[in-house]
Order: sequence, then C-alpha cells, then structure tokens
Amino acid sequence: MDVPSHLQSEVKQLVSVHGRDRTALLPVLRGLNKSHSYLSEAAMLCVSKELGVPRAEVYGVATFYSFFSVEPRGKYVIRLCRTISCAMNGTYHPVVAALIEELGVAFGETTADGVFTLEQTACIGLCDQAPAMLVNDDVHVKLTKESVRAILGEYRRKAAAGEKVKSA
Amino acid sequence: MDVKTVHGFVGSKLSFSEANGDAGLKKAATMDAEALIGAVSASGLKGRGGAGFPTGMKWKFARAETRTPKYIICNADEGEPGTFKDRLILSDFADLVFAGMAIAGKAVGAEKGILYLRAEYEWLHPHLDEVLARRRKAGLLGPDILGGKNFSFDIEIRMGAGAYVCGEESALIESLEGKRGEARNRMPFPVQAGYLGLPTVVNNVETFAWVPCILEKGPEWFSKMGTQKSPGARLFSISGDCKKPGIYEYPFGVSLRQLLKDAGGENAKAVQVGGASGTCVPASKFDRKLAFEDLATGGSIIVFGPDRDMFAVAENFQQFFEEESCGQCVPCRLGNMRLHEAIVKMREEGLDAKGEMVLRRLAATMQSASKCGLGQSAPNAFLSILDNFAGELPRGKA
Ligand SMILES: Cc1cc2nc3c(=O)[nH]c(=O)nc-3n(C[C@H](O)[C@H](O)[C@H](O)COP(=O)(O)O)c2cc1C
Ligand code: SF4
Ligand code: FES
Repeated sequence: MDVPSHLQSEVKQLVSVHGRDRTALLPVLRGLNKSHSYLSEAAMLCVSKELGVPRAEVYGVATFYSFFSVEPRGKYVIRLCRTISCAMNGTYHPVVAALIEELGVAFGETTADGVFTLEQTACIGLCDQAPAMLVNDDVHVKLTKESVRAILGEYRRKAAAGEKVKSA
Repeated sequence: MDVKTVHGFVGSKLSFSEANGDAGLKKAATMDAEALIGAVSASGLKGRGGAGFPTGMKWKFARAETRTPKYIICNADEGEPGTFKDRLILSDFADLVFAGMAIAGKAVGAEKGILYLRAEYEWLHPHLDEVLARRRKAGLLGPDILGGKNFSFDIEIRMGAGAYVCGEESALIESLEGKRGEARNRMPFPVQAGYLGLPTVVNNVETFAWVPCILEKGPEWFSKMGTQKSPGARLFSISGDCKKPGIYEYPFGVSLRQLLKDAGGENAKAVQVGGASGTCVPASKFDRKLAFEDLATGGSIIVFGPDRDMFAVAENFQQFFEEESCGQCVPCRLGNMRLHEAIVKMREEGLDAKGEMVLRRLAATMQSASKCGLGQSAPNAFLSILDNFAGELPRGKA
C-alpha cells in the first residue's frame, strides 16, 4: 500500500517529537488518532516503518486501547460513562434517551454528517458528579436531558464554524 | 478548560491544603538517602493505590539495586470504579506530587520520573504541564534542585490510551514501553526490573503527595493519625446513593457508619468498598473500620440505597471486568465472560444449588489461577453480593 506523502510527513514530525524507538509508539499513535479521528491502515503501516515495529504489533497496540480506533469516527467522540455510580443515577436513562434521540444513532455509531460518534465507557473518575461523559477531552458532569441537548448544540455550532473557516 | 470546575472536595479537613510541599522538599535536599528512607519508613506510610505496600520498604529495595538509570513512576491511571481522589490531588495539589517524586528520586538514586496519566484525564494535562514548567523555573525540578549539587530530577508526563488494566503496575510499564497493557509475571518486581528492565519505583499519586508533608511536619505527625497497623490518613471517594458525594479525608480506622453519616447516606442497605474489585458490605457490618487490617481499600466507597437491585450492581461490575480483562490468561478472560452471563441469567431465573456450586468453583479458580490482580479480584463483588443478598434473586425453578 502506498502511503500518501502528507501522512508520511505527519508521522515523521511526530517521531521527531516523541523519539524513534518503541517507547514512542503510543504517543505517535495518539497524535495520529487525534488528528484523523482514527488510525488508518496507511497510518499504521507508516508508523511501523518509521519506528521499526512489526506491523502486527502496531495493529495489536492500536486495537488494545479503547481511545484508539481503527475505524473512522466523528469529529467529536462522546463517551458516556456506564459504570455503576453513573448508571444508577436518576438522570442516567433520560440522558441516554436524549443522546440517542438527538443524534439518531445507537452506541458505537457515527452520525451521518460525521460530527459525532457515540460510545460508552467505563468509569472516568467523575462518579461524584454523575452522570458524566467526555466529549473528546472535555468533561461534562451532572448531566440531565436538557443539559445534554445544550451541550450537543454547542458542539454542532463549533463544527459548523470550523467548516466555514476551512472553506473561507 | 478550568480544572477547578470539578474540584470535588466536600469533607471538613484536608491535610494537603495545610501543607507546604516546598518546605518538605527543602528539608529533603539537606538529608541523605538513608535519612530520607528512614523518615518515610518511620511515618509508616503505605501505598494508597490499593495493595498498601510500605513505601519506605519499596524505596529501600530500589535503593539497593545497583543498575542505573533508575526510574520513579507516578501511577495516575486511577481507573478503579468509584475512585476519583487522585483527580483532586492532580488538579489542586500537583506540586505535592511532583515534590514527592523528586524526593523519591533522591532516596533511591533516580533522576528521571514519569507520570502516567490516564487518557480520560487528558483535561488535566495542560495544567500539569504548567505546574512542571513553573517548578523548573523555580529550581524545584531539573538539574541541581534548590542548588543541591547531587540532587537532579525531572519529570515527563506520558498518556495512557484507555485501559483499566494499565493501572496494574507491570501492565503500566508495558504500556510505557509501547506495548499492549498486558500484566507481567510478578518476579521480578518493578523495583528489580521495571521500565526498560531497570529498577523502577511505582507509587500512587496520593502516596507521593503525602511524602513532602511527612518531611515538612515529621514522621510522627503522620503516624499519630490512624491506627497502629494503618498509620496516617487517606482520601476517600464517596459516590452513589448519598446526599453529599465527593472527596473526604479521614484517618485510618474510621467506621463505615461515620462516612455514611457525613456523606448523607445513613439509610444505605450496602456499600461497595474498594470499587469493582473490592467487596460489598451489608448494613449489619457498617461498624467495620476502614484500615488495612479490616476493610482495606484504595478509597472507593459506593453507596447503595434501600431500593437498589444488588444483582444489577453485580452485573454492572462483571461486565466491567469482562470488557477490561487484557485477555492474556484464560481464567480471567473466559471466567469473567461466563460469570457475567450467569448473573444475567440468574436475575431472570434465579440460581439453584448446583448452579451456585459451579459458579463458586469458577470464582475460586479465577481468584487463584489468574495472572494479575484484575482477574484475581474480579469475582469478589459478585461473591459478596451473593453471600449477603441471595434473597433478592427470583425464586426460579429451583
Ligand atoms: C487491575 C489493577 C488496577 C490498578 N489500578 C491502579 C491505579 O489506577 N492506580 C494506582 O495507583 N494503583 C493501581 N493498582 C495498584 C498498582 O499495581 C500498584 O500496586 C500501585 O500503583 C503501587 O503504588 P502504591 O504502593 O503507592 O499504592 C492497580 C492494580 C491492579 C491489579
Ligand atoms: S488476570 Fe486478566 S487482566 Fe490480568 S493478565 Fe490475566 S487476563 Fe490479563
Ligand atoms: S461511575 Fe461514572 S464516572 Fe465513575
């Protein structure tokens, strides 16, 4: 498989920051996963070459950790905690319903416009402020069905604004 | 994002806010390695990550190793369900953690530290970078700390990527080495052969944070809190069915009843102590004490109100383990799957005596034959719920 040159330079750039050895594998994958929303086959091959790590091992690492994905995902990945302190909170089920209704997708799926991927996650260390979720790296706590709608609206606006900047 | 938006301290006393970590570091700069290890040992400080290994002894073992470089790793993977106290320490008292790591470096002869931060805490990362930069500028980190000629130490933050098992110290080290987070065999221990095969100290965030406090105020200030076998105080993360969930500090030896009173969870029917890998304590045992010699815990307290379906709780925990098992060994990989299926089924159909016997055998196999702490403790919540709440299961066909 041919690796596009922009991808090659992106990987080289990451390697120059994190180092050219095995310990750099996670940070390099993390960088790619962030900028592309997932790790493509081309990206993994390129990392394998640059770091001299067998491709099966790059794939093994890419599929071990829940924050890495080998499938394309939305611009914003929503991770709703489903561990007990969140799941037994009175507003948890209304929040789940609001997310599914607003986004029109089930857990594990991405919206047709490519803006959101909806996922569930294990405890994210915000149990005292349940129910809680992450949207990319940001935390949202004490969720209600109203607050979830408002939060999604804000990310939608951000996504739309980002599009404009790009086309301008 | 402002990290203080999720501060979370609701207790009445917080030793960390009364401490001056840099005073502790200054004191440490004047002491030699033996004296440092002596002070930490005398305080009786034990690891706050769960296992409760004496910190001074761990450092002594690492000091005795001759191979270099040595590493100091701060375990900020905080993934045990119901645990969130390290979040507060990292957002409000990161200086104490970094001072503690530097002191550990001086004590064992290491100049390099790594803080392994769980991916879910990326929102704390910019803040931690700022604190590190400020400390370097102030001469509290980097070459010749506080002008001391043989005291150099620096810290790098490395991110996890979403895996509970990476809180287990050998899996954490694998992850740092760029591998899947699969636990290693115990022996050699990390103090002998850890990161890159070199002597490595792994301690919890809170363990490091207590170190400069102990040096500032003296080992006795610490050891006179708590019980004889569990000196000192610790942070508790309280969540679930209570009016005031959040982070509380107590000396060891405090009763579960006291915690419930303060958090407004007096009418609880059960409390999960120690997270998913801990144990479920019914109301009749609320006078038990939180200490290494009674109810040992990493500080996770989850309160269950009178109406909770305890087998729904067991199912939630077992699903957690099924998903988080690294898959390396059979008792854990398959055991958690089977146990999860069985709980789903018994919630519908009840559990007969034969079924119970099979599951108890499976649980015992998991406890004894799993390779790491994840699989070994994965059946505990279910077993303690079965022991105390079997009456909640449907009558079934039995
Ligand atoms: C499955 C599993 C998960 C763990 N997660 C953590 C964790 O998130 N944070 C932590 O400090 N220790 C965790 N531990 C304990 C560590 O292996 C190790 O004992 C601890 O970091 C040592 O530090 P301490 O002596 O200061 O407690 C975990 C252990 C197991 C078996
Ligand atoms: S006990 Fe579970 S988590 Fe630990 S090594 Fe075995 S499969 Fe992996
Ligand atoms: S249980 Fe949801 S954040 Fe801990």
